[in-house]
Amino acid sequence: MTGNAATTAQPARSVGAPLIEFRGISHHFGSREIIRDVNFSIRESEFVCLIGPSGCGKTTLLRMLGGLLTPTAGQVLFGGKPVTAPEKEISFMFQDYSKALLPWRTAGGNVSLALEANGVPAAQRGPRIAELLKKVNLANHADHFPAQLSGGMQQRVQIARCLAQEPSVLLMDEPFGALDAMTRQSLQDEILKLIAVSRTTVLFVTHDLEEAIYLGDRVVALYPNPGRVAQVFDVKLPSPRDQLTTREHPEFLRLRREIFDFVREVEHEAP
Amino acid sequence: MKLLKASLLPAFLLVIWEIAMRANNVQSDSLAAPSQVAIAFWNALFDGTIFSRTAETLRAAMLGLALGGGSALILSIFLGLVPPAARLAQFSIEVLRPVPAVALIPVAILTLGFGYGMEIALVAFATFWPILIYGMAAIVNIDQQLLDLARVLRLGAYARVTKIVLPATLPRYFVAFRLSMAVSLIIAVTVEIAANPLGIGYELMQASQSLHPALTFALVIWVGFIGFLLNSVLLFAQQRLFGPAGATMVAAP
Repeated sequence: MTGNAATTAQPARSVGAPLIEFRGISHHFGSREIIRDVNFSIRESEFVCLIGPSGCGKTTLLRMLGGLLTPTAGQVLFGGKPVTAPEKEISFMFQDYSKALLPWRTAGGNVSLALEANGVPAAQRGPRIAELLKKVNLANHADHFPAQLSGGMQQRVQIARCLAQEPSVLLMDEPFGALDAMTRQSLQDEILKLIAVSRTTVLFVTHDLEEAIYLGDRVVALYPNPGRVAQVFDVKLPSPRDQLTTREHPEFLRLRREIFDFVREVEHEAP
Repeated sequence: MKLLKASLLPAFLLVIWEIAMRANNVQSDSLAAPSQVAIAFWNALFDGTIFSRTAETLRAAMLGLALGGGSALILSIFLGLVPPAARLAQFSIEVLRPVPAVALIPVAILTLGFGYGMEIALVAFATFWPILIYGMAAIVNIDQQLLDLARVLRLGAYARVTKIVLPATLPRYFVAFRLSMAVSLIIAVTVEIAANPLGIGYELMQASQSLHPALTFALVIWVGFIGFLLNSVLLFAQQRLFGPAGATMVAAP
């Protein structure tokens, strides 16, 4: 993704205008109310994290923007137009890496799938795959099947496949939730580095507060049952982030305290 | 060594059988000693009838399997991916599936007459169901996340089937195919024994009716051997095709 996504011709948008807008979203599964009147927007190149306890509908909101689910009421706008089906420019990274990769294809083959889907001619795929796998530090594992790779490596393959789509928006559903702490931190840094280069907009679902603060420009906290926006926290931390200094930054500690208190309050007396 | 151990029991039984027949000096129209069976088998092998008859049976069985299995494959993909259509078809499937293929022999004779046509049709009917049912179950069980992936990547219907659905279900289809292969041979031979003047089943019936126990037993052993051979070939193919990458995907037997 050599800045292609950013230079792709897009409808004229005034700078700072929201790229993505959740407008009056409500959702029911049968008679169960999942989400009630959610409103928030995301600017271009912004990294927004969605946090909240289970049952707050964070994954549901992500799937709506991914075009996998239509809200019962309200609209999700992307570039001013309602999302009704998966968009070419929006890439979705799944939570369960063991089921998001095709087990019968190698790492390279899995990346190739996104290129095939986008109609990249066969002759150009080889070099693109090599370049993408190099970006996620898997250059030597192109011929390995997912079952032969560690969890972190499998998730890297998924990142490479998402990047292969050259998305302008990346949706991530608790992508590092199942990984060990060390792998998780190195993947957090890799994602931040890749995003900084491509200026991709990210909506990131997690239930890890520190991860949300570390990665995000903004953290949207949701109430559960039904899911509603509770509070939006601006993260004013210097970039690039660093696993040591950022996590020791007074602002990081202050935010962690604030959001932690908030979450504890929600868990004890959900309004 | 393994083969030796495995053949110990059958060899022992054959020897007992042979000794029993000789000791009692049995001259029978319904029993034959293993040595007589072997001679009859050798003669049938030598004059070539056993091969041409086997070829007839296999031709009918394989064409029937191709017809029944092929249409079941296509229909199961469609019904598996379009739940409303599956709901619509469910009753018809539940009503038709339990009909034994052999019960349709009179109908087949009535409508198609004797010959390859009716045998192929009956084999097709019998092999259609296992592949349809297994196939639909396999498709319904594809992980939702893989289908979501297909949607997110905006794959068209054809690409979705060839790149996601078929590879994800191929090991299970293969198991169903192996079952249907066994069924195809059973039905073909049954139809030949019951009605159709064709193939190894007809030869068997003739041997039995002309009171040739040695040849009858020889043919039975031969049919069993053919079934064993076909299954072995498919088992080998299954291991080769779905070996390392497929091991994680095959949950079916």
